[in-house]
Amino acid sequence: MSIAPADLPTGKDRGSIEGAAETTALTEVVGTKSARVKKRLTSRTATVAALIIAVLWTIPTFGLLISSFRPAELVRTTGWWTIFENWGFTLDNYKDVLLSTSQSSPQLGAYIVNSIAISLVGTLIPLVLATMAAYAFAWIKFKGAGVLFILVFALQIVPLQMALVPLLQIFSTWLRPMQAWLHDVVPIIPEQNYAPVWLAHAMFALPLAIFLLHNFIAEIPSEVIEAARVDGATHGQIFFRIVLPLATPAIASFAIFQFIWVWNDLLVALIFSGGTQDVAPLTQRLAEMVGSRGQEWERLTAGAFISIIIPLAVFFGLQRYFVRGLLAGSTKG
Amino acid sequence: MTTADLLGKLLQVVMGLAVLAAVVGLLIFFIDKAPKKGRDYWQLVGFLAPALIFLAIGLVYPAIRTSLLAFQTSGGEWTLDNFVWTFTQPTAIRTLINTVIWVLLVPTVSTAIGLAYAVFIDRSRGEKYYKVILFMPIAISFVGAGIIWRFVYEYRSGDREQIGLLNAIVTAFGGEPVQFMQTDPLNTFLLIIVMIWIQTGFAMVLLSAAIKGVPTEQIEAAQLDGTNGWQRFVNVTVPGIRGALVVVLTTISIATLKVFDIVRTMTAGNFNTSVIANEMYTQAFRASEVGRGSALALILFLLVLPIVVYNINVLRKQREIR
Repeated sequence: MSIAPADLPTGKDRGSIEGAAETTALTEVVGTKSARVKKRLTSRTATVAALIIAVLWTIPTFGLLISSFRPAELVRTTGWWTIFENWGFTLDNYKDVLLSTSQSSPQLGAYIVNSIAISLVGTLIPLVLATMAAYAFAWIKFKGAGVLFILVFALQIVPLQMALVPLLQIFSTWLRPMQAWLHDVVPIIPEQNYAPVWLAHAMFALPLAIFLLHNFIAEIPSEVIEAARVDGATHGQIFFRIVLPLATPAIASFAIFQFIWVWNDLLVALIFSGGTQDVAPLTQRLAEMVGSRGQEWERLTAGAFISIIIPLAVFFGLQRYFVRGLLAGSTKG
Repeated sequence: MTTADLLGKLLQVVMGLAVLAAVVGLLIFFIDKAPKKGRDYWQLVGFLAPALIFLAIGLVYPAIRTSLLAFQTSGGEWTLDNFVWTFTQPTAIRTLINTVIWVLLVPTVSTAIGLAYAVFIDRSRGEKYYKVILFMPIAISFVGAGIIWRFVYEYRSGDREQIGLLNAIVTAFGGEPVQFMQTDPLNTFLLIIVMIWIQTGFAMVLLSAAIKGVPTEQIEAAQLDGTNGWQRFVNVTVPGIRGALVVVLTTISIATLKVFDIVRTMTAGNFNTSVIANEMYTQAFRASEVGRGSALALILFLLVLPIVVYNINVLRKQREIR
């Protein structure tokens, strides 16, 4: 029986985790032999134990999902596991959370837009800058390249917390006047805009991004680059025509990792967004709702599910890239 | 949200991307047009400078400044008070103790469960689906996970029907409902469960891959020697995946040291549940005690540092062996 056990590919890109790379090849080779071994290795108790763990792990999310579709009155008075005795199904919670225009209830629409805007640009800026820097480190020879690269790599160690206070000060001194000016020129752009959050995310992402992309870009066969140089291509041309297309898998992995990271982030948003619906992302609003409306479970469950659905969609849709990027970037933050 | 708001936001995104494209486009354009003499130099600057400037402003300078702020009063005089506070104030000490509890429990328990699960499902029917189930929480934000679990821990007073699963179980066995989030020290352990719930999938995926790297011949040989399943596991599988185990343990330790969102969302650090990363935020941004916040950030850095160095060393050695 040949189930592909490596279907959740772990870091198959070089480096992230050893042992994973051989996995696929190995299981293919021993496929038939392992079929025999398998029967003896997996006992019934093991299967039951695995099943119990799997159920335990799913129940909390499952309860949230069920509750988000139950009428408010029922959510507040009965447990979700009694759904068959207290039958009720409604989309009102989602309507309420998404579309309600009353001041008192949370309208997540604006925050969803913010989350998308922050995640998109907060991914693209570091991606572009890191790809360029990675190219320079890999293919432009200069004195001190090695030392500089190690320094950039070492910056991964610095926890976000080390950077927050001074960076906030820098932003309020230098960026705030520019934001105010922009608001004067283009009134529909609020004085609180996305710039600080974008920049903060970009800055914090760079060490990991440069490191990962460099690993990949440096592996491009030097014959390819040399040939282009001999033909008179400039660095700009090599970068756009050769390196970018060849590095697409690595770029995609990092892009997905960074997108999810930014989407799920709370700390950076809390400090740099200002907390209004002009900028604040979904996570920040939800965290706030837990504080101020911790008892309104019909709204919390629906809101939480909306915030979860995007990363889960990415997770199921792009599993291969997702796991790779995630494993490679697991120490970020 | 009005249409004007939405337009403003769209405009911001378009402008942001336009600025990025313009800067990069112009840079590369001018690099290629740079005078022959010193062209290499300009090319290097063009490719490298944007990232380096970002790093200098966003990480290098702030990290240095935070290290200095940790030793200053709010008036700018040099002092050790911030650290004295951290190691003498009962609440601050509690924060440190909690962090230690987190970092002891989360990596070990998640790795243990992840390893057991990986072994149980190894080469079983539907392994793929088993993996997805355990791995899914990783895609969920800590805030989302916090809400999911707050719902599990929800408390209803008196005779009202419990809507939180845990209290429902407690009352079903005839117990009194518990205000889980307010009960010290139980609450810290309940928060830790959330982190374990998230990290176990990570451990499982890595260890599962490592287990598949253990040569079948070794296991079969052990089998022929008449060993039982447990002996094979301890004497063949575990030594075979030592490297992966170390990586998993250290990586989860680092993530646990920095845990912030879970505590922030579920208790905001109240009821004696605070940890260093959360307390840093509370001190620096809620209580305006920048010095104390910086001291806590510095402590966090010093705690993470040896683990990262160790981790890198292990990874490098493994690569050399290959």
